Amino acid sequence: MTTLNELKKLKEKAVKELKTREGKATAKITVGMGTCGIAAGARDVTSSIMEEIEKRNLADVIVSQSGCMGYCEQEPLVEVEKDGQKVIYKKVDAEGAKRIVAEHVVNGNIVGDMVFSSEK
Amino acid sequence: MMIELALNILDLVENSIKAKASFIEITLDESTINDILTLKITDNGQGMDNDFAQSIKSPFITTRTTRRVGLGIPFIRQITEMCEGEFKIASEKGKGTKLEAVMKNSHIDRPPIGDIAGAIRSLIVLNPDIDFKFTYKKDNSDYSIDSREWKEVLGEVPINSLDVQKLLKKDINEGLKNLGR
Repeated sequence: MTTLNELKKLKEKAVKELKTREGKATAKITVGMGTCGIAAGARDVTSSIMEEIEKRNLADVIVSQSGCMGYCEQEPLVEVEKDGQKVIYKKVDAEGAKRIVAEHVVNGNIVGDMVFSSEK
Repeated sequence: MMIELALNILDLVENSIKAKASFIEITLDESTINDILTLKITDNGQGMDNDFAQSIKSPFITTRTTRRVGLGIPFIRQITEMCEGEFKIASEKGKGTKLEAVMKNSHIDRPPIGDIAGAIRSLIVLNPDIDFKFTYKKDNSDYSIDSREWKEVLGEVPINSLDVQKLLKKDINEGLKNLGR
């Protein structure tokens, strides 16, 4: 129950921060978590993305999950939605996930060698 | 085939998410005394007819539209059969679905539980609109986390905000460590 006390403290701080940031997300990262994605390593990719976000303190990035998109042979697939553009990356591993966060989510440069598809 | 039970759990929970569940309960019960490991997943999703629920133990029965084979349930069923256990599924339309996978804990084919802390954390963070209760029992001790309790304290602060994520990680890791995991 000590955690819930910590949580209460954290909440007070977070409420103040929410007001200054207006809760707007600058990017959304979605990891494919169907049977195919998970078997191909999507859980490690997700952990890697979450670690990188934590390390860089990216409070305005949302991580989400989706089911199978039908391209099982390209899994793990990771979609990044940023500045009105959607990019899907294929065969992402833990290292690739870190590159996506650093190069695309933070710096706005699409990681060319891993792109599966992109649309405006 | 999944290499960790934690991955089977993620995979099976995906079925509950697709069934539009708003609450998913995951219980792992490891009894070294009786040498039995039981995994239970219960959701309040849309459920299925019982006949259909029994038929999906076959990989060739699936609701998938992207291909004609569904492997999530067959994978866990195969594991239970390899480990001298059994797999049960019960479902009711409009009420939800219950899965139970029983394995002989010490069986050589019993996959490692793996990074269950990472799996539970990512389920809670990646699906902020769904509530999860996770319990890990080991003989006479247990650890439990219920996202509904966290959300009650958090109020308007999202459960997937960065600071909450860090605390979730700490709580789950420490809780499981206390059980010797």
